[in-house]
Parts: sequence; C-alpha cells; structure tokens
Amino acid sequence: MTRAKRNRLIYNIVTFVLVIGAFILLQSMIANKSITRSLKGQLVPICCWVVMAVSLNLVIGISGELSLGHAGFMSVGAYTGAVVSGWLLNACAIENTTLRLVLAIVAGGIMAGVMGALIGIPVLRLRGDYLAIVTLAFGEIIRNLVNVLYVGVADGRLAFSFLNKKMPEGVTMLVDGAKGAVKIKPVSTFTAGFVLIMITLLVVLNLVNSRAGRAIKATRDNRIAAESMGVPVTKYKMMAFVTAAALAGMAGALYGLNSSTVVPTQFTFNQSINVLVFVVLGGLGNVLGSVISATLLTVLPEMLRAFSDYRMLVYAVVLILVMIFTNNPLIRSVMNSAIAPLKRTLRGKKQGGDIA
Amino acid sequence: MKKVFALLMAACMLLCGVSALADEAVTLKIAHIGPTTGAAALYGLATLHGAEIAAQEINDANGAFKIELINEDDEHNVEKVINAYNAALDAGAQMILGTTTSKPCEAAGAQGYVDRVFFLTPSASSTAVIEDKDNVFQICFTDPNQGSASAQYIAEHGLGTKIAVIYNNADVYSTGIRDTFVAEAADKGLEIVSETTFTDETTDFSVQVADAQNNGAEIVFLPMYYTPASLILKVAADKDYHPIFFGVDGMDGILGVEGFDTSLAEGVMLLTPFVATASDEKTVNFVAKYQEAYGEIPIQFAADAYDGIYILVAAAEKAGITSDMEPEEVCDLMIAAMQEISVDGLTGSMTWDESGAVTKTPMAATIVNGEYVFE
Repeated sequence: MTRAKRNRLIYNIVTFVLVIGAFILLQSMIANKSITRSLKGQLVPICCWVVMAVSLNLVIGISGELSLGHAGFMSVGAYTGAVVSGWLLNACAIENTTLRLVLAIVAGGIMAGVMGALIGIPVLRLRGDYLAIVTLAFGEIIRNLVNVLYVGVADGRLAFSFLNKKMPEGVTMLVDGAKGAVKIKPVSTFTAGFVLIMITLLVVLNLVNSRAGRAIKATRDNRIAAESMGVPVTKYKMMAFVTAAALAGMAGALYGLNSSTVVPTQFTFNQSINVLVFVVLGGLGNVLGSVISATLLTVLPEMLRAFSDYRMLVYAVVLILVMIFTNNPLIRSVMNSAIAPLKRTLRGKKQGGDIA
Repeated sequence: MKKVFALLMAACMLLCGVSALADEAVTLKIAHIGPTTGAAALYGLATLHGAEIAAQEINDANGAFKIELINEDDEHNVEKVINAYNAALDAGAQMILGTTTSKPCEAAGAQGYVDRVFFLTPSASSTAVIEDKDNVFQICFTDPNQGSASAQYIAEHGLGTKIAVIYNNADVYSTGIRDTFVAEAADKGLEIVSETTFTDETTDFSVQVADAQNNGAEIVFLPMYYTPASLILKVAADKDYHPIFFGVDGMDGILGVEGFDTSLAEGVMLLTPFVATASDEKTVNFVAKYQEAYGEIPIQFAADAYDGIYILVAAAEKAGITSDMEPEEVCDLMIAAMQEISVDGLTGSMTWDESGAVTKTPMAATIVNGEYVFE
C-alpha cells in the first residue's frame, strides 16, 4: 500500500468514525433525555446542511467549477419531496412515514439531478466562469417559478397550474404559489438524515478516490493537459455536477419534509452563499472539513443567542477569526506538530494491520 | 453536566418555593417570539416593546399574576423560528406570545400543535396560521378579512371606483389580501383597472405606478409592508400622480421609515385597529409609557402585543394556570379559557371562537399632517 493510499484510507476512516460517533452520541443523548430541545430541533437541518456542503464541495473543491445556485437544487428537491409525499398520502394512502420519506427523497434527488444535467450539458462544454453565472441565474429562475407554481391533488390526481390558480373541485393544495409548499406532514427523522449523510459520504469519497475522481481532479488542475491525455473533460465535469445536484435535491427533500411549510424565500442567493461559506471554511476539496464546518456554522448562531441582537456580528467575527487562524503558518505548524504523534500511531497501526 | 443540572433545578425550586411563600402571585412564563433583527425587525421590536410595557404594568400592580417575559429572535425565517421556539421552551416558557410574522408563525404553530404548546399571535394574520390547529389564537384580523374589509370600506365611503392594485407576488401576506380584495371588489361594483406585481428585491416601481396612472386609477390599493410602499409613494410623487393610496396594517410604520419624506404619505389611508393619536385614556397612557421607554410612537403591532399580555393573563386567570404547570398542561386549559373570555383592549373589544380567529370591528385611519387620524 502506498503512502498516499494509506493517508487517504485514514482520512476516510476518520471521516466515517466521526460522523458515526456523533450520531451514536446524539442518539444516546436523545435516549436518556439529556439533550436540549434547541439542539434536538436542529439535528435534521444540520444533516441537510452537511449534505449540501459536501455535495457543493464536490463541484467547487474537486471539479473546480464555481456553482452559485446550490440552494436552487435544494428547493427543487424540497418542493418535489413535498409534492411526492403529499400525493402518496392523498392518492395512494401510504401511511408508512419512512416509505414516504424515502420515496420523496429519491424523487427529489432525481428531479434535481435532471435539472443539473439540463444546465450542465450546454454550460460545462464552455471554459471560464460560465457555470457560476448560469447557476446563479438558475437559482433565481427556480425561485421565481415556484413563486407562481400551484400544485394540488384531487381524486388521486395531481393538478398543476402556473400564475393563476385554476384548480379542480375538492382539491387539496400541496404548493400554493407564494405561500410555498403548505400543510406538509413532517416525516423527516434524524436517523434518515444520518443515513443520507452516510450515503453522501460513500458516494463522494468513492467518486473522488476512483478512476473517474482522478480524471475529475485532472480536469480541475490542468484542463489542457487532461484533454491532451484523452480525458473527456465535459463528461467528467458533468459527472461531478449532476451527482452534486442530485445530492442537494435529496438534502432539500429531507429539509422540506422536516417542517410543516416551505417558502421560496428560504432558497435565495444568500442561502447558496451560505453553503459556499461552509465549503470555503471547511477547506476546498476537504470533505471532512465540510462536514465539520456545516455542523458548527449551523449550530453557532443558536449558541450565540445569549448575545441577542449582536449574534450575527459575533458570528461574522468568528468566521474571520477562523479564517485568520487556519491560514496562519505559525498556528498551522503548531497544530501539525501537535497531531503528528497521533497521525504516526494511526499510521503505524494501520500498517501493522495491513501486513498481518 | 447532570450534577450541574440537578443543582440548578434544586436552586430553581428553592427560589420558586421562597417566592411562593413571600406572596401568592402566580408567575407566568411567557415567551415573545418575533424578528428583532433582519428585514422585519420593526414589527418584532414593536411587539416586544408592547409586551414589555404590559408585563411591566402587571408586575408593578402586584396583582395575582407576575409576568416573566422571555424573548427569542426568529429573524422572520421559517427554519430559525423553530430554533427560537425550542430555545424558548428550554428557557422554561409556559406559553408563547407570537410569532409576530405569518409564515414563521405557521411553522412554529404546527410544531406547537404536535408538542401541545399554546400560541397567541399579536400580528400573524394569514389564515394558515390558525388553520387545522386548535392551539393558535390571533389578536389581529386574518388577511382575507383585511382585503375584503378594505374593499367594503372603499365602496361604502365612496372613495372611488377605478382601482389599481400593486402587490408583492412573492409574499403570502400580500397575495392573501390581494385575492380577497379583488373578489370583494367585484361584488361591490369596484373596477380593477390595473394590477401589477413586484418581488422582495424590487427597488424600482416606476413601471407599476405608470400602469396605474395610465389606466386612470383613482385609488391605488397597496397590500404590502411599508418599505415598498414608501418607494411607491416616492415614484408617484415624482410622476405628479396623486390618487388615494389605501393600505392595510403592513403600511403601519411608514412614518417611521428612515430617510423617508413623510409629506409624501399625506392622505394615505390604511386599515388599522389602533391609532396612537386617539384620545381615549388607555391609548394616551400606553403611548406615553411607550414613548418614555423607547422614544418612539408605538405602531399597531405594539398595541396588539400589549393587548396580548393582558389577554394571556385574563385567560390564565380563567383557566387557573399556576407557576409550576408544564406547557402541555397549560395549552389545553388556555384553549378552553380563550373561548370564554372577552377582553376590552387598546385595539377594540375582542372575543374568540374555537377556530382561533378574533371578532372585532374594522377601522380605517388617514394620515394628516404626519399623524394617523380616524375618520
């Protein structure tokens, strides 16, 4: 086993162990009721933002394209999930919440993936920052479209309408224009969120460490060199982008089904930038970093409630401090030397195990 | 962690015990939830301040009840409001005065319906706030009532027949009022000559205003919050277009917009249950206290929340709420009590039915010389 492979294996194991450990810890806290309501209420949103950050990292960190409309894919997933879940309950009378949730998440992922493919096909053929511009526009277009989208279910059939609300008799509204997706029966659970994170990590880490992943990274590092080696750039960029879009759609479905209502204003450009902040702060291309930063930055504003109106000011200061500290060479060298023994023991053990 | 918690609990029980011995007053832990930061902060701060004044009055009166007010910020955000709600319950809240704005109230109220927590919202006016839930009650009118009441008011007072409507199609509040206004206007023989929309990001309203002007509208109906309304008034003044502008409760606060020339708002009419310049004793007293404490004239939302505290106390008295009751227990008792009480507050005389909607008479005010005046 080469040194690089070993490092990668350790990194992946650490990532999974941390996520699984956090899940077990939180579950045991829920079991013996030592968890605050506040933290318990944030568990599902945290899972969603972690998936969002990891999937965006796949686009930005691994394939080197800038996407500014990730919240757009999330909203596609959230709305699809709400409609599918509402339709299943109304038309097929599926009472099993887990089944509804799983089907809704799958549908959300497929819808967002298709949207991602539609955008990717023309745009990823171009060089330059076109993806950033187009995804930015996509996010806004989606938001304005769902603002005037009406979806209802009557006699087991879905009714769609744009702009003016013309619905059949006896309709139950699922999406009501600016009122957003309404009367959702919340079915999301923390366990589902955990499973989604695990799936995301498996998909992303496997993709990154595969032949395709190396090709994706090659197109990021030097497009011309990759092309001259016969790597089909568009194909590999599409692979990363569509995967990320589908994962964001799945996160969106989970997010939407966690609340009784979803509104278009939740998925603005600001929200996309928020996810971008998670990715940048966690480190471009660093999946574990995205998981940690998405978790901490979601919980942080709530922990700062004691500062009341000044908490977003404190939040900004914390962000700046983190950026300064993680980029300070002195602090980095101190940190590295502090964890070096730990790394060595881990490596040694791993090596021993491999030989045996 | 557990030890610290146990100690805290013990200390808390000791304190409660001591205070119970000192006097028989029941302490109600009420959480105010509203946007005290962000774009809708003016409303959240108004409801908070109104509630604070009422709580102060009740505590000073040394009556049967004491109020402990907890405040949590929801940023007018559907995700954050759940966090605020959970934080309030973690802080020991027994009931919620809130939330201030509609969409967050819909989300938090649904969560409260599952958890059995009582909500009394001062100003969340969408129908979805009270629909399918027995635990949420309103102090203000629902949006549909505002839209149809506006159309009725315009028709009955003969303000004009050619009407332009400008509304925010990305906003529940705005579209909700617009829908019922248009429906009621048709019934009352009012003609909608122009209908234009905008979204939260719109800053240039010249197209919308020009459309109203070109179609000869005598009245421009503005079902929106005060910020876009202030921009519309500016554009209309620049175009030398002077119809009657008719707003709803979201227009309240337009005189407080920083950098806004209040002379532009002269003659603007709005549907409101509260006017700070009214001369009845209650209003004068409230306005004086509010000005002393916060240095500004209270808007309708402040009056709603002020009434809210008194309504909660009246219902708690009826229901026999005590200091140590859990939110779940309080919820069912309060729901029953709310349907039996009648409260005479700043915003009128109010009663409630089991739907959670309030019954009171609508009133409209006009802005004259920079002040709201009832007709």
